[in-house]
Amino acid sequence: MLVTALCVYGICRGVNLFDSFVEGAKEGIETLKFIAPTMIALLVAVGTLRASGVLDRLAELIRPFAEAIGFPAELVPMGLLRPVSGSGATALMTNLFEQNGADSFVGRCASVVAGSTETTFYAVSMYYGAAGIKKIRHTLFSALLADFTAIVISVVTVGLLMS
Amino acid sequence: MSYVFGVMIAASFLYALIDGSLAALSEGMLNASGEAIELLLSISGMLIMWSGFMRIAKDCGLIEKLSRLFAPILRRLYPDVAPDSEAFRYISMNISANLLGLGNAATPLGIRAMRELKRRSPGDTATDSMVTFVLMNTASIQLIPTTVAALRKSYGSQQPFDILLCVWITSVAALAAGLLSSGIIRRVKHGSRHPGAGHRAVRIRNLQGRQSV
Repeated sequence: MLVTALCVYGICRGVNLFDSFVEGAKEGIETLKFIAPTMIALLVAVGTLRASGVLDRLAELIRPFAEAIGFPAELVPMGLLRPVSGSGATALMTNLFEQNGADSFVGRCASVVAGSTETTFYAVSMYYGAAGIKKIRHTLFSALLADFTAIVISVVTVGLLMS
Repeated sequence: MSYVFGVMIAASFLYALIDGSLAALSEGMLNASGEAIELLLSISGMLIMWSGFMRIAKDCGLIEKLSRLFAPILRRLYPDVAPDSEAFRYISMNISANLLGLGNAATPLGIRAMRELKRRSPGDTATDSMVTFVLMNTASIQLIPTTVAALRKSYGSQQPFDILLCVWITSVAALAAGLLSSGIIRRVKHGSRHPGAGHRAVRIRNLQGRQSV
């Protein structure tokens, strides 16, 4: 529906739909080429981490604390990885999808976290690097606080709106 | 990034060594590389398709329209950036591109915005506007989380987009937490009730100059 509206609007504005789409698709392939190597590297690292059982042990350690406040413990590893590595967090999210299903409570929470946060360290280093800023003041603190808020609120909203 | 990668591999290896599960480790590693390719292939179609449609949105001038729509909000968030300046235009175009999920378009626009902000205040310390701008880029403010939806669909979700409302609320809450904490720290640390007061004085001077012309 959104797509149809967009195409109708595009025709009205005299945009060459096909050429624009192809241009965008090229950009999409570029994005894919850009993320593929890092994705494969990190998915392998995540696969290794999972196979070793160290993640389960870590989650087990945090679980009692998480459960004490009613927080789903499965989300903890993803929350830890999200600001550092977007593809790593994505890999953990797909693990959750595999184990619990994409439409499970945890699967939905993970989706909301992924959709409402960015790879904080990457963005901070890229934008400040581009402007040659060295003293970033409280940027990282506020950005990580935002990431933490996102994880908490994702559980709250999914719990209230989707169960 | 290489630190993350190294720590992950080293931690798994050490743990497997202690736990005696090295065989499972190497098997998991080999499987993961195959799974990675499968995953990339399964999301590539949807990713490329949406990039195509979003490019149409850009060529229609929808991004420019959105920029104008968000000008009133952005004016409040960047009190020390004049609404008719280049910096302000790049900021609003970056935000709009982010909203549409055009990460490729948003990044170069954002870098230009940062350079414009830097041009206005040389030095290696971030200004209030720079902090606000980076915070808006570290919080995802995407209207339609296409990548997540594509992944959900490929893992058998019945309605990959049913998380939309939760994503919007969470995004706004996270961004608000970031910006609010930034505002509070700013006031506590610098004891200034008017962040960017210096810039504002410059802006008033500019306005007066324009009026006399």
